[in-house]
Amino acid sequence: MPNALLTIDNLRKTFGALIATDGVSLGVETGEIHAIIGPNGAGKTTLIHQLAGMMGSDSGRVIFEGHDISALAAPARVRRGLVRSFQITSILKDFTALDNVALAIQAEQGHSFRFWGNAYADRNLRDPALALLEEVGLGARAHVRAGVLAHGEQRQLEIAMALATRPKMLLLDEPMAGMGAEESARMTAYLASLKGRITMLLIEHDMDAVFALADRITVLVYGRAIATGTPDVIRADAEVRRAYLGDA
Amino acid sequence: MSATITLARIVAALVLALCGVMPYLAPAVGEPFLIGLFARSMIWGIAALSLNLILGYGGMVSFGHAVYLGVASYTIGIFAFHGVTDAWIQWPVALGISAFVAFIFGAISLRTRGVYFIMITLALSQMFYYLARSAEMYGSDDGLTISRRSDLGISWLNLNNRVTLYYVIFVCLLLSLFILWRIVNSRFGMVIRGIKSNETRMEGIGIATYRYKLAAFVIAGTMCGLAGILEANFEKFVSPDTLNWPRSGEMIFMIVLGGMGSLFGPVIGAVVYWLLQDVLSDITEYWQIIFGPLLILIVLFARGGIVGVLNGKRRDA
Ligand SMILES: Nc1ncnc2c1ncn2[C@@H]1O[C@H](COP(=O)(O)OP(=O)(O)OP(=O)(O)O)[C@@H](O)[C@H]1O
Ligand SMILES: [Mg+2]
Repeated sequence: MPNALLTIDNLRKTFGALIATDGVSLGVETGEIHAIIGPNGAGKTTLIHQLAGMMGSDSGRVIFEGHDISALAAPARVRRGLVRSFQITSILKDFTALDNVALAIQAEQGHSFRFWGNAYADRNLRDPALALLEEVGLGARAHVRAGVLAHGEQRQLEIAMALATRPKMLLLDEPMAGMGAEESARMTAYLASLKGRITMLLIEHDMDAVFALADRITVLVYGRAIATGTPDVIRADAEVRRAYLGDA
Repeated sequence: MSATITLARIVAALVLALCGVMPYLAPAVGEPFLIGLFARSMIWGIAALSLNLILGYGGMVSFGHAVYLGVASYTIGIFAFHGVTDAWIQWPVALGISAFVAFIFGAISLRTRGVYFIMITLALSQMFYYLARSAEMYGSDDGLTISRRSDLGISWLNLNNRVTLYYVIFVCLLLSLFILWRIVNSRFGMVIRGIKSNETRMEGIGIATYRYKLAAFVIAGTMCGLAGILEANFEKFVSPDTLNWPRSGEMIFMIVLGGMGSLFGPVIGAVVYWLLQDVLSDITEYWQIIFGPLLILIVLFARGGIVGVLNGKRRDA
């Protein structure tokens, strides 16, 4: 795949006897939204952990922008532009929404061995953080403690934090999880607005969102990528229908 | 962060004001022993402040903190033992040794989490405890009496003068508070708080947390070394117990009592701790029997300590 931003090469991960990732190979092209669908326990989150460097792989390689990043720790991958979001919302609950995003912006601006200036009054952090919160629709909630935000708002914050690091590529683990239909639709529209600017690997159970956003879809079952193709091809694929979409 | 006036801040200002006037107030009210009690409280306050950076803001429960105080005290004592009393030699070396020991402790313990982290800080502090006990030249178990205080080489800063020594301690406390206040609100401070809140998330936004935790360890250890320098000059004595882990436990008491993760909490906690000990030990020799349950009540019913109660549970002071 000449144009691939991310190449996954024969990745494996086992938990004891359980094979969670079973020789997955996959290429995601620059600018593309590549969805991964599959039933519960298929190994989608495990794959994200491996790609993000938060879980080691038994074997296989992860190649990003032509470099083998398999040995890099999670923070180093983020600084190269490969950034994940979390299926189970992971935010700083006792920080305000604004401080959450400001901290992510701070991380993107280089090292934080700055001991003296007041970060709470730093326009270089506050202004872009507020702008980003407004962009994801949380502007009015900037000064609310993240832990007391509604579930949907926390999901928006989760995405805002990932975006604040200026990713080249996002690994999104069920961004719509637990959202209502309306919130889901709004998030779908927002992700669509990022399309082309940021490459995405999108894990999602919401099939409306997947078919609306994805350029290509990979189906993961028992840790194996059983099919990859355009939404139309996947919709028509008999094996996929049997394994996942629930047809007899 | 805002500059609003809260009850906790008023109390903090009052406590600092009390510290500031005690050399004159104590004799006036006929309780001169309060000068010593407040001097000791301020020294412990500095130590507790420094521990609060890693414990209260960073969420790292270290039982090795007293070691940084102890090695600084021993440095002063050993210098004096060999006839070197120049503060401009003694103090930088003592701070440097505290920083170095904190670096070693951090580099080893921060690779672990939870109970293992606590156990390693305990084990490391035990090592230093036994090292001090086996140092025959410097008094072993009996400890080392420090015959001469540090000499700052400035005529109006003679530490043998009780009041001068008191105000040197006071200024060191104010300085420590100021430095810590800047640090916890800086970019570095944000990272340290963020690590306490959700370390995985911090890695997820690209922050390699280990080096920041290690830096916090070194800063806290150095500041604790300052407390050790002052204690050596105040007590004119240092013993292996100075760096043993129960002393770290006492520092944690003070922080919990005053308010974890609040700027002034540890200082308020230190003052209240020593006042309580004084009052309770008048009642019974086994004053810990009263103090222990009191601390349990605070942990159960007043999570934010004294500062938390004053603020009506608001976290920041
Ligand atoms: N740390 C772990 N230790 C042992 N087994 C694990 C671990 N993490 C995941 N698993 C197992 O690996 C399999 C894949 O889990 P994973 O969370 O990756 O699935 P998923 O596709 O994300 O599912 P879902 O759609 O429910 O989020 C499951 O059987 C799960 O129980
Ligand atoms: Mg999952």
